[in-house]
Amino acid sequence: MAIWLGFERRVALRFLREGRMQSLLIIVGVAAGVAVVAYISALISGLQANTLEKTLGAQPHVTLSPPDEVVAAASPPAGTTTLQQTQPRAQRPRSVANWAALVPVLEALPGVAGVSPMVAGAGLAQRGEASKSIALVGVDLDRYDRIVNLRSKVVAGSARLGPGEGILGRDLAADLGVRVGDRVAVVTSSSTGSVTDAVRITALVDLGVRELNRRTVIVPLRAAQSLVGLPGGATNLDLVLTDVWAAPAIATSLTRRWPYKVESWQDTNAPLVSALNAQSVSTGLIRAVVMVVVVLGIASVLVVTVVQKQREIGILRAMGATRGQVLRIFLLQGAIVGALGSALGVLLAVALIWAFTTFVKGSDGLPLFNITLAPGLALRIAAIATLCGVLAAVAPARRAAALDPARAIRL
Amino acid sequence: MTTPLLHLADVRKRYNIGQPNEAEVLRGVSFTLQPGEFAALIGPSGSGKSTLLNIIGLLEPLTAGSYQLQGDEVAGLDDAALTLRRRTTLGFVFQFHHLLPAFTALENVTLPALMRDGAVSAAESTRALAMLRAVGLEAAAAKRPGELSGGMQQRVAIARALVLQPPLVLADEPTGNLDTAASDDVFKLMRHMHATLNTAFLIVTHDPRLAARCDRVIALVDGRIESDARQVPAGPDNRGSSPAPAPP
Repeated sequence: MAIWLGFERRVALRFLREGRMQSLLIIVGVAAGVAVVAYISALISGLQANTLEKTLGAQPHVTLSPPDEVVAAASPPAGTTTLQQTQPRAQRPRSVANWAALVPVLEALPGVAGVSPMVAGAGLAQRGEASKSIALVGVDLDRYDRIVNLRSKVVAGSARLGPGEGILGRDLAADLGVRVGDRVAVVTSSSTGSVTDAVRITALVDLGVRELNRRTVIVPLRAAQSLVGLPGGATNLDLVLTDVWAAPAIATSLTRRWPYKVESWQDTNAPLVSALNAQSVSTGLIRAVVMVVVVLGIASVLVVTVVQKQREIGILRAMGATRGQVLRIFLLQGAIVGALGSALGVLLAVALIWAFTTFVKGSDGLPLFNITLAPGLALRIAAIATLCGVLAAVAPARRAAALDPARAIRL
Repeated sequence: MTTPLLHLADVRKRYNIGQPNEAEVLRGVSFTLQPGEFAALIGPSGSGKSTLLNIIGLLEPLTAGSYQLQGDEVAGLDDAALTLRRRTTLGFVFQFHHLLPAFTALENVTLPALMRDGAVSAAESTRALAMLRAVGLEAAAAKRPGELSGGMQQRVAIARALVLQPPLVLADEPTGNLDTAASDDVFKLMRHMHATLNTAFLIVTHDPRLAARCDRVIALVDGRIESDARQVPAGPDNRGSSPAPAPP
């Protein structure tokens, strides 16, 4: 029974073994290229995952709020040309219309992992003579925990939001000189006058961003409704998704469906998204350039091999090797070089990642961020490099297959 | 009546057609070779011997004329058909041995089977080893061509050409690169294999002594056959006098 590519495999391996130094050099070259691609991919993935985790750890993926109030300009009589200037309207806290009925509808949408109503407002936190401006957040703790994983951010006390209880950002507590169990006064003002409420601190949290830690006061939803002057209302609904990258699509579909203002995390973090995109494009370019270099390296070595092996190719053709067999001998050489180089390159990348996580550490003695080379990514890179090996071999292989056997033998 | 092994009729070969340096190398060559013949093709340099051998070996197309191999016209076949025909019908022995240096002597001999089947069966391996024994090189089976003398390499090449028992072996100056003693050995071996296997041989040679020991001599001058004569081979060594054991 004929063995698949038995002849081609045997000849390809012998040709590679015969030009040992040449083969070794190109395999090392491929390995270096694959290692660079795999290491950079893992590094950038780790860096981006770390950045996203930090950014999205303290904010929802999609926010739904009432539409901005706008002033409708008076329509001029037909045929009249007017020059108008419209003063933008000041935005007052308003509730999402019918939010309580909307929550289960949003929760049932595919891709939505959790919905949390929120009342957001501004105010002051006072303790003795200290007074700090705050961002007041009124939430249902269990729902809000699904959005920002609040309980995991507790650095002191125990997250609890009973009536009259509140959670403070770590730095705000330091500024006010309060600890868990102390009370602070929260003062808000509205058109009807100022409202004050006493809040007993149950926990301090580290939200990962200093500005948030200096301003955040989290209170029960009902307390915030009273403080902000929105009885029974919610200023926005926060959504967390199963796939963070689906946020723009879901935001767009929600905008089409309801007359609310819907923003994805990408809308509210546009500079970050641009930076991540620029990083991804740069990484892609680097990977492409490295792969092109790998392809050129393999191709140049195989071109030299074809020139060196012209007589052998001529003999094989004279003995009855088909053009297809000769073509496959050289394509296989490219594939073998690509596969061996890939395997070596992946091992090298794993070693580089180990060195990075072992020797490059932050001021706290921990690795700067977590980098791992996912098996799927490693396999994909290895497969692409092997394919590149085959592609690199196409031109030399065609040249070998096209050799005139009579002329090749005479050389 | 037996079908001729090959029949050439008015074969012409031109190079650089339409160019200022157009040249006609073969000018109407016609002859027939019967199965089992042992013929020499002689002629001065530039007479067209190698070109004729390449055409007979299906390595080059002819410009005009007819070429029948085992009764089939092969002049218009495409490359794939010619390649398969070469594989099944022809064996080649070149002046410079042309073994594959990365393969051992035995592997070189099993190469045609590997090429045909994608694997070398135990039977093919045994047959190749017997062929090496027949050319007196069983002990050198595991050696690479670089470790063998010129004469030994040519013996391996003969074993390789014959291993699939093709009806015709084409030899281009098979002794041209060997000293007198080695030439003699190789020639004796070819005669022995011819006698044993009844394979036809067409040998291009410059050496009149070797030509004189063939059964038939075709002389080519300026691209034309000047003479084509059957003869009683000279010398005492012909007709299977080699000391090598018989092939399988």
